[in-house]
Amino acid sequence: MVAPAHLDGSSRAVHPPEASPLRQRLARHRASIFRIVSIGLFCLAWEIAGRIPISFAFPTFLETLRAFIEMLLDGSLIAAYGQTLQPLVIGVAISAILGVTLGIVMGLSRFSEWLIAPVFVVLQAAPMAALIPLITFVYGIGLLSKTLAVIMLALPVIALNGYKAVRNANPSLVAMCYSFQGTWWQRITKIIIPDASPVIFAGLRLGLAAGFIGVILAELLITPTGIGDLITYHRSVADYPEMYAAVVSIILVSTLTLAALEAFELRVLRPEKRRS
Amino acid sequence: MRNITAQATAAASQPSGADVAVEVRGVCKMYNDVEALRSIDLDFPVGKLTTLLGPSGCGKTTLLKIIAGLIPATSGEIRVNGKVVTGPGPERAFVFQDFALMPWATVMRNVAFGLELKGMGKDERQSIARKYIAEVGLTGFENKYPHELSGGMRQRVGLARAFAVNADVLLLDEPFSAVDEQNRRKFQEDLLRLVELEKKTFIFVTHSIEEAVYCSDRIVILSRRPGRIAQVIEPDIDHNESPDAIRRDQGYLDTVEEIWQGLKRYVD
Repeated sequence: MVAPAHLDGSSRAVHPPEASPLRQRLARHRASIFRIVSIGLFCLAWEIAGRIPISFAFPTFLETLRAFIEMLLDGSLIAAYGQTLQPLVIGVAISAILGVTLGIVMGLSRFSEWLIAPVFVVLQAAPMAALIPLITFVYGIGLLSKTLAVIMLALPVIALNGYKAVRNANPSLVAMCYSFQGTWWQRITKIIIPDASPVIFAGLRLGLAAGFIGVILAELLITPTGIGDLITYHRSVADYPEMYAAVVSIILVSTLTLAALEAFELRVLRPEKRRS
Repeated sequence: MRNITAQATAAASQPSGADVAVEVRGVCKMYNDVEALRSIDLDFPVGKLTTLLGPSGCGKTTLLKIIAGLIPATSGEIRVNGKVVTGPGPERAFVFQDFALMPWATVMRNVAFGLELKGMGKDERQSIARKYIAEVGLTGFENKYPHELSGGMRQRVGLARAFAVNADVLLLDEPFSAVDEQNRRKFQEDLLRLVELEKKTFIFVTHSIEEAVYCSDRIVILSRRPGRIAQVIEPDIDHNESPDAIRRDQGYLDTVEEIWQGLKRYVD
């Protein structure tokens, strides 16, 4: 169906042969160029808004960028991430393993669905910031409390997504596996999990995003450490560019991590999506 | 053309002389309070293509899935090669109406999937799969994914997967209903060639009268719910003729018309 369109020259009509190499290269990278332009426009708007100025506590983009580079060079940003990433990585790892496992188990068995799912539905609806003081009460102000805060935010969404994905696995594929005498284990590993993996991964992405929220909440509400400390400290001494740089950096790290997870998913689990 | 009415002779649904691949004995199926099938007795002769034809909701797909062992019968039994079946088995292979291809797997892996489930080694199963991919005319598409294929090609993958496990009985559940008309005609011709080549027993569910008459050695017509055998027809189509000659053949047209006259009363 596609081939004739190329033969009759309609593809050439889009990219005329006499187009310069530069133009061809632009056309090839159009999506990424638009993305860069979008970010560039945002930075420009920020710079203009900072120069008006909206508020004396609102630095311009360039001031923030300078502060960011300074903090990067003097090592304070890197040290802060060393602290922030600890509860985040431990918490998200535990949530991912536990959440995906529980989600799959709930999806496969009605009994465990009744037993476990309500807890996660309640946890997902609960305003977590209100529960963090309770964690501090029980587990103190150390790494354990912060990890728990991350888990409380990340686990429900991962588990519930996994559960819904497995429950909604394509019944026709399940019947196909059954008709070719696939065993119970083959049905789960070869059909249900691959079929559910896009939704499981959507849950992991949401869980990771929730984990970032959890760790920042913990660092702002329990004890200021890492990025939370940078934000709190620079706010208290009115170093607004530094405070904004810290905020923007955590947004950047979060976005890049999520993008990396998405790229991993496409590469490893759903090879057919790469070509479409 | 032989035309047998089931009510007239009880033994009519059991063809004389020929070996029987699948026996259906007193099968009833209830979905809660709804009676889908009522005491079906039917024999499917070896090496023949038998069509289950009937109005929508007559339970023809249900009967096929009971034969496949995908759903249990409420009462009665199914015997394949003389053995009572309780679930899916290696002597039967199913072709699904919606293709049931794994979207994350290539044509090659989809075709070889039945063998993969049996634990066959990669090289061995791929060489078998390659043979059947060629047989259904998909050579060159081994590394494509299902979404890159047309509906007709996807169903060819489903057919190749069923052939690859080397079952004696192939069960096809409205295999062409999601394929467009032109591809369907080509596909029917290819299917007949494969029936000839593979010497297997085919059981085929369709709601297309033309398709049934064109493809089958025997047509079993089911009545509206509860499904019962209304009629068994053996259209005597000479498949040595060209497909276009068959479609203009008077015997073919008469059989289509006769079935339509019989089914018309079920259509509202």
